Amino acid sequence: MAVAATTEAGARPSRAGRRPSAPAWVGTVPFFAYVAVFLLWPTAIVVVDSFKNSAGGWAFANITKLGDPLVRGYFIGSFKLCVLSSVIGAVFGAILAYAIASGNPDGVIRRLYLAGSGVLAQTGGVTLAFAFLVLIGPVGLLFHASWFYSFPWGITVIYTYFQIPLMVLVFMPAIDGIKVQWREASENLGASAWQYWRYVGGPLLMPAFLGGTLLLFANALSAFATIVAWENQISYIVPQQISTALSSEVGLSNVNVADLLAFGMIILVAIVMTGYGLLQRRAARWLQ
Amino acid sequence: MAAVTSIGETPASTAASRPRGMHAGRKRRLNAFRYVVFTIFGLFFLLPLLAMVRFSLEGAKLGTWSVTAWKQIASYQGEGVPPLLSSIEITLELAVITSVVTLVLLVPTMIWVRLRVQWLSRTVEFLSLLPLTIPAIVLVVGLGPIYNQIQHYSLSALMLFWVYVILALPYAYRALSAGLSAIDVPTLSEAARSLGASWFTVMVRVIVPNMRPAVLNALLLTWSLVLGEFTIAYLLLYNNLPAELYAISRNTPNAGVIFSTSTAALLFAFALLLILSYAGRTRRGRG
Repeated sequence: MAVAATTEAGARPSRAGRRPSAPAWVGTVPFFAYVAVFLLWPTAIVVVDSFKNSAGGWAFANITKLGDPLVRGYFIGSFKLCVLSSVIGAVFGAILAYAIASGNPDGVIRRLYLAGSGVLAQTGGVTLAFAFLVLIGPVGLLFHASWFYSFPWGITVIYTYFQIPLMVLVFMPAIDGIKVQWREASENLGASAWQYWRYVGGPLLMPAFLGGTLLLFANALSAFATIVAWENQISYIVPQQISTALSSEVGLSNVNVADLLAFGMIILVAIVMTGYGLLQRRAARWLQ
Repeated sequence: MAAVTSIGETPASTAASRPRGMHAGRKRRLNAFRYVVFTIFGLFFLLPLLAMVRFSLEGAKLGTWSVTAWKQIASYQGEGVPPLLSSIEITLELAVITSVVTLVLLVPTMIWVRLRVQWLSRTVEFLSLLPLTIPAIVLVVGLGPIYNQIQHYSLSALMLFWVYVILALPYAYRALSAGLSAIDVPTLSEAARSLGASWFTVMVRVIVPNMRPAVLNALLLTWSLVLGEFTIAYLLLYNNLPAELYAISRNTPNAGVIFSTSTAALLFAFALLLILSYAGRTRRGRG
């Protein structure tokens, strides 16, 4: 990583006397331009438009609409679903991650579970809702769960199907970072298994665990595909309502509803991810 | 935000297998715990998939078996939607285009930043990981006006790649960053430069071949992301595979072809990631 000194020497143009070349940062322009157009600009549009009325004039009072009972309802729905699915996902994901990590690091089980986790956490989306529909839905093969279409429990079960795998992926490096020597040291000092987890292993893993939970929270907050495939008539959570607002510009009068809801989500995710970043830094102190 | 791991990474620290040197009793208890956990979670993860497989093999009469739904993948034509096969093609093409553009955009930038403009490295990292914190559903709201412009030039669903590159950035960045840390970029480039290589040669013929597993990692992660992306395609009214499956399920609930295609898509992604986990193995000794 520390290359500052050597790079300076290498950076000098090899043949002197040529016309002065462009400064080195020019090489990064394509990247910054791309990110500016397709990431920063859309985000700016959301933020700016959420402070405008539908006629295009400024309307800073819009922000108070986030407190509107209707809008608040969607955020509360999102919050319920996110808390439930991220806590359940984090606990079970951590247990599974521990079971996987304590085996052979090159073993088949580890590879199967990690590849499977990648698929379910990343690729799943719509298909996961289909899978649960045929398992426990109205025509389910296993049984017909009367709570399948209830919010938040029915959808929480489906969400854990991609939350647990995500936790496995996120939490695995932390467990891999635990050193055998710590366990041996505490055993030499006479600690029981319970004492080891209570005073050594637990505290060491706690920041990574909480960080993982927050990441799962953010993940559930932004998830959209699964819940739409599960239920597309009633809006329970913010992303559904954004979708509805995008396809039909009715609803709250004189407000760019979709932009406003999206802005609310940006704020929420920013808070969560900041917490995640801080916990991650804390976790990195021991677990290298 | 930096901890979203890519699954190809086998942490070097576990190379010394942990259970060795444990008390026999603890080892037995640990193994019992592991098998119980694997069985329970295995059932939880497999049952829905098996149910989907069974449904995809359902015959015309309930309880019979038939492979019609799997044959239909190639020919299915839903009401008011393009043929299923065309959306599969588009999704695969999107995966290829997105991964290539992501790599072309990111690899030279990251190498260049490491070599010449270190002071930009934090900014590049921040921007690359930023899409993790901006939900796709938020992005799509702001993308509306931009895609209106794009649609003046082309109506093809392939245009989705512009934003998919953004979605793929965090995963590709982390994979590539791990690969770059494993090799001594400055020394390699100085050696090549002092032998008269151009910067282009340094990147394409010296550094990239040395980080091939990381590039493959980034490639496959991008693929698996694009294969499952629904939110943006659906809301910008493009028909990629997930959006198409959703549309079919709305028109024809419980059509067998939904389940056969879903199963096939998941298996395909699983195979990709399994390949990745074996390809990542050559990267041992990264430190």
